[in-house]
Amino acid sequence: MRGWFDLNATLLIAVGGIFALLVAGTIIIWALKRARPEKDYTELVQRTKSWWVMAAIFTAAVLVDRVAGLIFLGIVSFLALKEYLSIIPTRRADRRILFFLYLAIPIQYYWVGTGWYGMFIIFVPVYMLLFLPLPMLVIGQTQGFLRAVGTLHWGLMVTVFSLSHAAYTLMLPLAPAAKGGWAEPHVGAALMIYLVVLTQLNDVAQFVWGKLLGRHKIIPAVSPNKTWEGFVGGVLTSVALSAALGPWLTPIDWRGAAILGAILGIAGFVGDVTVSALKRDLGLKDTSQFLPGHGGVLDRVDSLTYTAPLFLHYVRYFYY
Amino acid sequence: MHWLRLLFFLVVVRPAVLFLLGLFVRRQELLPRQGPAIVVANHNSHLDTLVLLALFPLALLPKVRPVAAADYFLEGDSTLGWIARNLIGIIPIRRRGSALENMRDDPLRPAAEALAQGAILIIYPEGTRGEPGKLAKFKNGVAFLVERFPDVPVTPVYLHGLGKAWPKGERWPVPLLCEVFVGTRLRWCGDRAQFVAKLERRVQAMARFGDFPGWDSEPSAADEKRALDGER
Repeated sequence: MRGWFDLNATLLIAVGGIFALLVAGTIIIWALKRARPEKDYTELVQRTKSWWVMAAIFTAAVLVDRVAGLIFLGIVSFLALKEYLSIIPTRRADRRILFFLYLAIPIQYYWVGTGWYGMFIIFVPVYMLLFLPLPMLVIGQTQGFLRAVGTLHWGLMVTVFSLSHAAYTLMLPLAPAAKGGWAEPHVGAALMIYLVVLTQLNDVAQFVWGKLLGRHKIIPAVSPNKTWEGFVGGVLTSVALSAALGPWLTPIDWRGAAILGAILGIAGFVGDVTVSALKRDLGLKDTSQFLPGHGGVLDRVDSLTYTAPLFLHYVRYFYY
Repeated sequence: MHWLRLLFFLVVVRPAVLFLLGLFVRRQELLPRQGPAIVVANHNSHLDTLVLLALFPLALLPKVRPVAAADYFLEGDSTLGWIARNLIGIIPIRRRGSALENMRDDPLRPAAEALAQGAILIIYPEGTRGEPGKLAKFKNGVAFLVERFPDVPVTPVYLHGLGKAWPKGERWPVPLLCEVFVGTRLRWCGDRAQFVAKLERRVQAMARFGDFPGWDSEPSAADEKRALDGER
């Protein structure tokens, strides 16, 4: 059990940085509101308020200890899966399957918590895939079987399997290339903060660059507001940010971190657009109204569902 | 038993409804803030009552009483009856045609008495839990009650998604998001049939705003192919 007092200084500065950014964002929006009182900034204000709440809960969970971090991400998986299951069409016969899907969350996070990488990496893609049809066979309704088994497993992969990769960063041990001054649980916390901050700032950067320079639509059929300028600006911002933060928070040198920044920027965009495609298919604007100004939990973690696995495998392969 | 009911809602019902289910309430400010008042809602699930009760501030909770069927809740299973009476705080009504019906007695009397004492009644005019997404014809008991208390405001509510979370006939609820739409209050208009029709229209109008799909009954790809083959 470690206390707040012996936290790594770098970690505390990183958390301080997150809140400094929030203060800056809040001041900018306040200034915008004063400069142009005729414009409606309600959504932006709501969004910033939600950012404050999310940042407070996230940093607290990550700093306290590994278990708190795992529980926090388990809850995020639960909320995201619940949203997904609420908005997709399901068969009444599959009600019992939904229980098993929820049950997969604590099991998957248990594998993460024990650091059993082999089980963590195959439980949902292999064993849940093999298991899910069984209760359906017992119930015996074959009409819509393929569609049900496909949609339910895809949802589990996105909301539980992908997101649990973010949790697994907490379990990473001290890297062979680690600098002095780091202790084991702090390494994981720093990796997690790096992943989440970079993913979310990439979202914000793509949004801001798109607003400032956006002209050419990148994928109008799925997400009409996304532009090439926003995408490229976001990725370049992520590259710069990653090259600056990587060597400081992670065992990655600046060159590796720059490449990682590009990977996370592109993956984040793809994750965002994938959830947009899902919403378009279902005729929804947001997956829910859980986070005022953002939409649902799934809307907020859409990029993370893509960046988390890529980040974990990149770091594990090259630095462990 | 008041404290037990309050504790039950504070520790069990509210966290379950807010975290396990997840609730989005539109125009919650239109719910009555004092009794006597009547809240009328569609009915698909046992969760309906828990959700509606969880929407009221704890201070108001002792006044909020769901009107429920005596033959269902007070017969047979005594645990269910105990929970219904002491934790949920139902006002049991003897439904027409049920074994408990007493021809000489006024079935609405317990509800009328509670209303006279300033209660906020929750009434499901469909009479029973129906299929999710389908609104059964409203029965006119509520109109008989409002006729006797013409000054009591009636607030229509549409509950969406609960019939999927815990439909009739299923043993366990599953966590799914739900929506609650609160409508503007109605007052007695002098005619029973007209009043019930008006209420029904209000609830039906709100039903269109629900975001979540009902049960999937689309034919599978195989069925479509079979149908195509048949046409050829």
